[in-house]
Amino acid sequence: MENTQRSAHSAGVEDLIEARGITKKFGDILANDNVDLVIKQGEIHALLGENGAGKSTLVKILYGALEPGAGEILWKGKPVSISNPAAARKLGVGMVFQHFSLFEALSVVENIALALPKGEKIEALSRRITEVSQKYGLPLDPAALVADLPVGIRQRIEIVRCLLQNPSLIIMDEPTSVLTPQEADQLFITLQRLASEGCAILYISHRLEEVKRICHNATIMRHGQVVGSCDPTEETPASLARMMVGGEVHEICASEHKGSPGDVMLKLRNLSIPSDGAFGIELKNVNLNLRGGEIVAVAGVAGNGQSELFDAVSGETLIKDGYGVEICGVPVGKRKINDRRLLGSAFVPEERLGHGAVPGFVLSDNILLTRYKSDPDLIRRGMLNQSLAAEMEKRITVSYDVRMSHDNPEARSLSGGNLQKFVVGRELDRVPKLLVINQPTWGVDAGAAALIRQAIIDLARNGSAVLVISQDLDEIYELADRIAVISRGELSEAEPAAAMTPEKIGLLMAGMGETRSKVTASNAGDVHAH
Amino acid sequence: MSDISMIEAVLLTIITASTPLLLAAIGELVVERSGVLNLGVEGMMIVGAVIGFAATQATGSPYVGIVAAMLAGIAMSVLFGFLTLNLMTNQVATGLALTILGLGLSGMIGEAFIGQPGISLKPIAIPGLSEIPFVGSLLFNQDILVYTSYGLVIAVYLVLFKSRTGLIIRAVGDNHSSAHALGYSVISVRYLAVMFGGACAGLAGAYLSLIYTPQWVEGMTAGRGWIALALVVFASWRPARALVGAYLFGAVSILQFHAQAAGIGLPTQLMSALPYLATIVVLIVISRNKNLAKVNTPACLGKPFVPDR
Repeated sequence: MENTQRSAHSAGVEDLIEARGITKKFGDILANDNVDLVIKQGEIHALLGENGAGKSTLVKILYGALEPGAGEILWKGKPVSISNPAAARKLGVGMVFQHFSLFEALSVVENIALALPKGEKIEALSRRITEVSQKYGLPLDPAALVADLPVGIRQRIEIVRCLLQNPSLIIMDEPTSVLTPQEADQLFITLQRLASEGCAILYISHRLEEVKRICHNATIMRHGQVVGSCDPTEETPASLARMMVGGEVHEICASEHKGSPGDVMLKLRNLSIPSDGAFGIELKNVNLNLRGGEIVAVAGVAGNGQSELFDAVSGETLIKDGYGVEICGVPVGKRKINDRRLLGSAFVPEERLGHGAVPGFVLSDNILLTRYKSDPDLIRRGMLNQSLAAEMEKRITVSYDVRMSHDNPEARSLSGGNLQKFVVGRELDRVPKLLVINQPTWGVDAGAAALIRQAIIDLARNGSAVLVISQDLDEIYELADRIAVISRGELSEAEPAAAMTPEKIGLLMAGMGETRSKVTASNAGDVHAH
Repeated sequence: MSDISMIEAVLLTIITASTPLLLAAIGELVVERSGVLNLGVEGMMIVGAVIGFAATQATGSPYVGIVAAMLAGIAMSVLFGFLTLNLMTNQVATGLALTILGLGLSGMIGEAFIGQPGISLKPIAIPGLSEIPFVGSLLFNQDILVYTSYGLVIAVYLVLFKSRTGLIIRAVGDNHSSAHALGYSVISVRYLAVMFGGACAGLAGAYLSLIYTPQWVEGMTAGRGWIALALVVFASWRPARALVGAYLFGAVSILQFHAQAAGIGLPTQLMSALPYLATIVVLIVISRNKNLAKVNTPACLGKPFVPDR
């Protein structure tokens, strides 16, 4: 898997694109401050930085989705103006977005046709899609409707859409955040093949291990400025993280949890829920015992029933069998969210903006919304106790280091990482006996992620039970005492983290643990070894 | 024999009752597919009706009236487009305001024309085909607007689902941010769709004042714009279903008149409510497949597009 062409990129290769002195202001904030970036032909170039460091702004400028306030862009040595994405595509710049760039109601081929110049018949394009997708090991069904496809396949569409434009530069924003380890490996092979064919790749990622593994060069941004560049192969993930954050990243200490396990805080017993028509996943016979003091992680590729599982545990979906979900020994299958909160549980959903927090409400109002029932002081004589909510807001934002422009802002004005710290802080502030958290650090920068993970571990060490649903294996290994894998609505047995190798998790993600192959599932590791 | 000519007469009135609904609905369908909710159909329709009538009286040619009605509808829709697409006003409120404006404006313009006998548009018989007994005079001896309405259903279907233009319209309606990121001009696409909707609503208005009842009566649209809006939703944004819905509504509203005249012992209020009930029931049955409904509903419907540059 090690890249062999690395040395070829050190010298003597023509510069493909050069950005000089790029500056972009949003209001008073300098998103990009005199940024320089050079990408050579055929190199995989990492762009690193925390959330809000200005990576997305820079990338949008290179892709023509934003106009720079100042600075120039040179393409193969000649100054160019990239005024819109169409112009970027014409030059040969393709972009694979992190999310929100496909049309769900349209088919795969229609999605791709929209990004290509007109003139090609749908049938001819379908054939070309099949051809290219097979050539690069990214099989796709051109006629499938995007809404029906899991996230991993959707990313494939974006990549194939990009490849069909014969780009000389592909910009990829967090491409592996939705993939299984095996899918990620496949993607790396594709990327290395593209690079060897002379295509340059600008690779944005939070996962420093990956950057170290596949990238030839790295540019690091902080607070809108380029603060350094390096050869990632000569760095360690820790040294890369230091450059990004501009200081030591908090080292997570997951002291082995000692003592006897606590009481069962969450029990799922033969939990089965039919899929809710449309694009849902059916939960099949899910069983789990979660005890106080331990963290159990549910791994899995997005769209395999994670949100259905979360909704069933949190009470957003009520179930017919009251005993399917038990919280602290009480069957709650038919009880609503606030009743479950009253039993001492807390829930952090995946989508922080719009689900975990109301975008247009100030933070203290968002506290009131989830806690008015479980903190009786928040309601006094039938009226909201705004001043107590404001106090809580101060306490939470201080202890969870939520950075904001002024006190008690609207939730939508916080950056992703800060909002996630707030949402997690709001729930942990109650010291729940059971915490269920879906994608705790999705799209959150390294500093904030470390803080959130440490808070989760501290909660568990103090005797609470935590269920973490995550797609990020690094995170799962950092947090979990036991790991279960969800695949097409079935949950594997939760086994001690030490016994779950990434290979085994990958196989379970791919469906090895489902009922059809139950016999082999327990030996999944052995099967892989043969 | 007299039975057959009776049936033929009833069918002819059904076509007449359905055509304005179909014209307005097919226009709004395209507008909503692009992600814009224009509740001003009623207002654009009635301005089309009065301008069409006025232009016909002035020139003596109903064809000039038809073109004038379309232009009037477009003018109203451009006003809507400017407010909602450029100034980002709320689409629902703006649409309602457009209807109120249209009703008031038409009353003012039309005051001079109240009671004047209009010039009716003559049917165009298609040589040969119109001589087929029964079917011939029903289908091939109609006025130009009825032919247009059928043509529009086919054309809108082909454009929306078989052409690149339609793909772009649907893409803009499904996810305007992605369409923008791919380099499509969301605002221009929506302007064109809104203007198409305005032209169709104008045509529907012209049909009322030039063919349905060739004269100007204040408030003569009588809520047909609202019916057309509802038809679009219940037709789950599919042109063929809009055709079915419009004709069903037209048919039941005509048949209940005949049933009342024949003295069926049901309260007249219930009879008058029948077209609404029947249309709702049938269209719900057609669109009961939730998957299809989800795929057909423009996800960005009614959301203002604010580009982030």
